[in-house]
Amino acid sequence: MTVGPILRVDNLTKVFTRKGQPPFTAVDHIGFELMPGECLGIIGESGSGKSTAVNMVTRLTDATEGTIILDGEDITHKKGRQLQNAYRKMQMVFQTPTESFDPRHTLGDGIGESLRNFGHCRAEVDRQVAGLLKQCGLPADFAKRYPHQVSGGQCQRAAIARAIAIKPKLLICDEATSALDVTIQKEVLALLRQLRQELSLSILFICHDIALVQQFCDRVLVLYRGSIVEEGIPNEVIRNPRNDYTRRLIDSIL
Amino acid sequence: MAEILRYEHVDIAYNGKVVVQDVSFTLDDGEILGIVGESGSGKSTVIKAAMGLLGPAGQVTRGDIYYKDYDLPDLSPAQIRKLNGPELGMIFQMAGASFCPIRTVGAQLYESMTEHESIGRDAFNRRAVELLTKIGFDNPQRILDSYPFELSGGMQQRVGIAAAMLLNPKILLADEPTSALDVSVQKQVVEEMLLVRKTFGTAIVIVTHNIGVIGAMADRVLVMKDGRMVEYGETRQVLDHPKEAYTQKLMAAVPKLRR
Repeated sequence: MTVGPILRVDNLTKVFTRKGQPPFTAVDHIGFELMPGECLGIIGESGSGKSTAVNMVTRLTDATEGTIILDGEDITHKKGRQLQNAYRKMQMVFQTPTESFDPRHTLGDGIGESLRNFGHCRAEVDRQVAGLLKQCGLPADFAKRYPHQVSGGQCQRAAIARAIAIKPKLLICDEATSALDVTIQKEVLALLRQLRQELSLSILFICHDIALVQQFCDRVLVLYRGSIVEEGIPNEVIRNPRNDYTRRLIDSIL
Repeated sequence: MAEILRYEHVDIAYNGKVVVQDVSFTLDDGEILGIVGESGSGKSTVIKAAMGLLGPAGQVTRGDIYYKDYDLPDLSPAQIRKLNGPELGMIFQMAGASFCPIRTVGAQLYESMTEHESIGRDAFNRRAVELLTKIGFDNPQRILDSYPFELSGGMQQRVGIAAAMLLNPKILLADEPTSALDVSVQKQVVEEMLLVRKTFGTAIVIVTHNIGVIGAMADRVLVMKDGRMVEYGETRQVLDHPKEAYTQKLMAAVPKLRR
């Protein structure tokens, strides 16, 4: 039996329209597949459409055109409860960790929310939250802390703990390490690597740092002005870029 | 080379809490010094002290900062205003935010210039066009006639550098000037600063968390952690053969592109 992709995107397009202005195509008919256990990087400069693309995949933005197939199921137009079910398989980690938690709730509440939503009792949730914190390298008593009481790196670890709480198959990291200092970035990447092994996660890794993508991803897509201009194994793309934009991007690394 | 700026055992405190401790370094004429460190290491605070931008809560509590014959922390606000611009130029992370959004770039550069010397509109225009041409702008007049929002982020930052250079300062103090920019644009801004040094012999202090930027332009580098100096020396020496454990850890964490 052949295994299908965990995520498949076809012709995905986003056109923004504003009154009195010409329509703007932020993402222009892109398509890609992500195989189970694979880590796929998406790179590109500001405004290249990376985040819009990923916001469509995670259904935070509606696609203008195209389809999103998650684990064999078309989620392009799913809403409400059905969409909630899709989030069992797909979880996100964002750029600014402290902003991705509700400031009025403890980290433990945030991490355990999805578990409670899916029907676990309080005691069970607390037990699992403690385990998740530990798995992500934080002491169990961090469950009682508020987002502003921990550092950026610690908060991102908590955000990762929250994302893996319901054992998703796919983790989507949108610039998840970009706001962190390099030494912390390295630690968080090591954590993601470890979790990828332990949980056989597939990862979609959006990043503007090509050196980081080279270290972390199996395959990379280069996005430029809404289109995929190059795709391949990071080492090959970096050593033999076929596209002019990719070459320029690599040449400008200091 | 002649020494132009000297920090001697400088401590800086905000509301009585010491955030920078015992920082000493010198800057020679035409030298580029990089100050590098992670968030909260005190790297920006160090140069803000020279610019008189610590705010009401901040104070140099020990040590001296000498520029020429001036001890900068002892100067009155009026004296500092006289130095800031013609002697000490500054650029910041968000050049776009340092401009007024409703007036053209030219009008604002003219205003900052007339603060320091009496110059007519036409003479200013000639000088601005000449300067912008010298530092590599293709169409200077268009830049002067533009509003800040009509320029891209990288262009805004280059204009910020040009604005500082109009008064021909001896030192350019740059606080994270490339950090908000994409890598390709970042490189243009680094090249702009190198061109400024080559053309005018300006000494530059650049504060950044980006070690790539330091490697591409600095002669010497100062590594900071938790308000203290960890290592200070020639750039290649510090980056390629760091002596201190923290610098080694920092260098090891920088994602490097394997080409």
